[in-house]
Amino acid sequence: MLIFEQSSKGRKAHAQSPSSMAPLDDLPAELLRETPPLMPEVSEMQAVRHYTRLSQKNFSIDTHFYPLGSCTMKYNPRACNSLAMLPGLVDRHPYAPESHSQGFLSCMHDLQEILKVVTGMKAVSLAPMAGAQGEFAGVAMIKAYHDARGDADRKEIIVPDAAHGTNPASAVMCGFKIKEIPTRDDGDIDVDALKEALGPQTAGIMLTNPSTVGVFERRIQEIASLVHEAGGLLYYDGANLNAILGKVRPGDMGFDVIHMNLHKTFSTPHGGGGPGAGPVGVSKRLEPFLPIPMVDYDGSAYRFVTADDRPQSIGRLSAFAGNAGILLRAYIYARLLGSEGMTRVAEYSTLNANYMLKKMKDAGFEAAYPERRATHEFIITLRKEAKELGVNAMDFAKRLLDYGVHAPTTYFPLLVPECFLIEPTETESIDSLDNFIEAMIKIREEAETEADMVKGAPYTLPVRRLDDVKAARELDITWSPDS
Amino acid sequence: MPFIPHTEEEVRQMLDAIGANSIDDLFDEIPSELRSFSLDGIPEGLPEMEVAQLMHERARKDADVHCFIGAGAYDHHIPSAVWEVATRGEFYSAYTPYQAEASQGTLQLLYEYQSMMAALMAMDVSNASLYDGASALGEAILMAIRAHRKSKSKKVLVPAGLHPSYRQAANAIVKNQNIELIEIPFDEDTGKISLTALNDYAGTDITALVIGQPNFFGVLEDVDGLTRWAEENNAMTIAVVNPLAMSILKPPGQWGNNGADIACGEGQPLGIPLSSGGPYFGFMCATQKIVRQMPGRIIGRTVDLDGKQGFSLTLQAREQHIRRSKATSNICTNQGLMVTAATIHMSLLGAEGLARAAAASHDKHRKLVSGLTAIEGVEVKFNSPVFNETAISLPVEASTVLEALAADNVLAGFDLKNDYPELGNALLVCSTEKQTGSSIDLFVDKLAALITS
Repeated sequence: MLIFEQSSKGRKAHAQSPSSMAPLDDLPAELLRETPPLMPEVSEMQAVRHYTRLSQKNFSIDTHFYPLGSCTMKYNPRACNSLAMLPGLVDRHPYAPESHSQGFLSCMHDLQEILKVVTGMKAVSLAPMAGAQGEFAGVAMIKAYHDARGDADRKEIIVPDAAHGTNPASAVMCGFKIKEIPTRDDGDIDVDALKEALGPQTAGIMLTNPSTVGVFERRIQEIASLVHEAGGLLYYDGANLNAILGKVRPGDMGFDVIHMNLHKTFSTPHGGGGPGAGPVGVSKRLEPFLPIPMVDYDGSAYRFVTADDRPQSIGRLSAFAGNAGILLRAYIYARLLGSEGMTRVAEYSTLNANYMLKKMKDAGFEAAYPERRATHEFIITLRKEAKELGVNAMDFAKRLLDYGVHAPTTYFPLLVPECFLIEPTETESIDSLDNFIEAMIKIREEAETEADMVKGAPYTLPVRRLDDVKAARELDITWSPDS
Repeated sequence: MPFIPHTEEEVRQMLDAIGANSIDDLFDEIPSELRSFSLDGIPEGLPEMEVAQLMHERARKDADVHCFIGAGAYDHHIPSAVWEVATRGEFYSAYTPYQAEASQGTLQLLYEYQSMMAALMAMDVSNASLYDGASALGEAILMAIRAHRKSKSKKVLVPAGLHPSYRQAANAIVKNQNIELIEIPFDEDTGKISLTALNDYAGTDITALVIGQPNFFGVLEDVDGLTRWAEENNAMTIAVVNPLAMSILKPPGQWGNNGADIACGEGQPLGIPLSSGGPYFGFMCATQKIVRQMPGRIIGRTVDLDGKQGFSLTLQAREQHIRRSKATSNICTNQGLMVTAATIHMSLLGAEGLARAAAASHDKHRKLVSGLTAIEGVEVKFNSPVFNETAISLPVEASTVLEALAADNVLAGFDLKNDYPELGNALLVCSTEKQTGSSIDLFVDKLAALITS
């Protein structure tokens, strides 16, 4: 039942609004609202009960194993939330003077420094509010760099065919054309195709390493040299930073600009789809173009770096200073982990993924890249099961929900048929990994004997499979009393 | 190992299963020369107790102020239940609802959010949110360019009286796509969009007109007249509004003859704490006609295999994970958690509670302004109705006032000098319903003492 359908005219949460309506007699009548908006009229308890019950219809990290590849669904420490919401931090106005902001600014400055060291970049801006905005900022800096050198004919960004959809979409928003290059059967990108694609029109290349197919790009140094020799720059999509945190750094691989997804690697909440935080790091030559604001420390006080300090900046991406409260959570997480803890993130997420990969291969599932190590994630392809049993990756995914496991990422990357991209993360124990593998084995057995049952899954959730075609054709995206 | 569950024995068991001698062996595909570097500069990890002590100490440095700054972020009352419920693990630690059957809580909530936001704006449809108000304006401009197929100019009129950071962020977002943002000055007496300046563009090909309500100076624009101007000149109207104010002011869907085409803005006044400027959420509503040009996630109501009501992501063919380089935007996440809070907030207040909060904020602000302007030499800058903030002119430098009052923990407002030097010594002051009479008195007394000393 919708909250609107629990409404009774005149009912209200009395404790939450002023006891009377203050006069608006100084405002011209033609500027005032004539009829109130259609909002629920419920008591405080009704609202609390309704939204508590809705929450219980979700799978989440706190309730379920959630091995969603490329999303790094690891435990979100509770301390990160409660400490970021301390009075003083949660009440600080974005335009409070620096004299009354030293606590907040010191956290931002320290986070910048930590991210610089762990990624091997020269400078960091925390401004972008999500990974996709970090990508936009990174590509905009590549454009600004070429433009500032009068090298304006570089109109093309190279993107591997396995890249996240945000990569080409972000590059297009910056006015670039996209050139795709293929991935080889062993998961590395095709360097010969890259050589052919490079030229005086190349502005740069966007890469994820470990790549979206779950393997480390072994020829990364050669790729960096080739791109640099052609006059292009290298962009690092930090989606998979969790796999290498403290083990190898994008700056050392030769990347000029990176973004980090703090909601992945630094465990800030995914919140049902945001807010994220997508800081960007750069090599020395891109430093002047970083988005504002940043935080500087002169030995005695912290202050904001603004447009006056950085005339070549690509500018501002939000009204204030990005998703500050999320950045605070990432900072708290970084202090809990410390340098050794960060290195262990990469080690144990990689251990978990390789263990799962081996056990699944032993159980007869097909690895997409069988000769390769897993990174913090890996791909299996269910093409054999789809062909022989008629039960595809989507069916496995839906049936997993009945076994109390959130499905891995399905059908991404697009170049592997019937794929599962599985990322267990370092915070899961061997028991949850074994439990997942057992569920997969059971589902395959079910598929052999009662395929139709599997194809009808899930059965134990609040709803069964939904009619997406109807949702798009008979668009119902806002409630009305007669709907 | 703060959050890693493995025992030594389990690690051994797992390595044996893999057939590796050590965890380090698992990284043997990474070229060895890339693997030696120092993490000097990153502190050692600390137990939660020590991190908590550190954060309390830092938070104390910024606490206990009397804040009269608004300028796009407003300190309204937030019911305790809002964040108690929003930070339940099932909301806090879930992700984008890709598996709809396992995400009905988030999906239904977002559908309710879209319904409430569309109602508040009196518009047909709403998306599930964008990053913040400023970036929402950038996306709204891109949407108008896509939706207004008859206009070829890609020229968008943006008032100088709109939040300076919104103008800057929108420019950073659209500037690489051959779009021209043209600044329309404000009238120096009223603080509203200058009609004389606007009329210079009458009869020319303009893709869209942006209207802020209230504008950055707190001033209420003549939204009907401006929207009609856009209608007559075949331009789309993009409304940038304070959503709480829309509970008492005429909403964008009712402006002019046919209403605004797109309404967007900062959702922060609906249950989101100040938190140094984020995370907030940008909202976006539009007419049904152009829904397929909207960026961001949209949730639809449908049925399952048994005919039972359910909710799922819809119109995904617009989005980057399907359309890649041809997507309506590169945006992927929305601000799910903030929207969760806002939806609970709106449910608790209802239409009447929101209107009372808005009116109380307006009322407290009147008291503040009448106190301040009783001081000799302090005057209201613009002779126009306002919502909950006002530009006031001072007989001394605004920066002097800010610094002096900050010493007494009174944050007296936003100095307009950097962005609007033509206004002279001018300060933008705000009060919400939370401001107490004694804080207002303190501000007035301190300012009076400073000016008359």
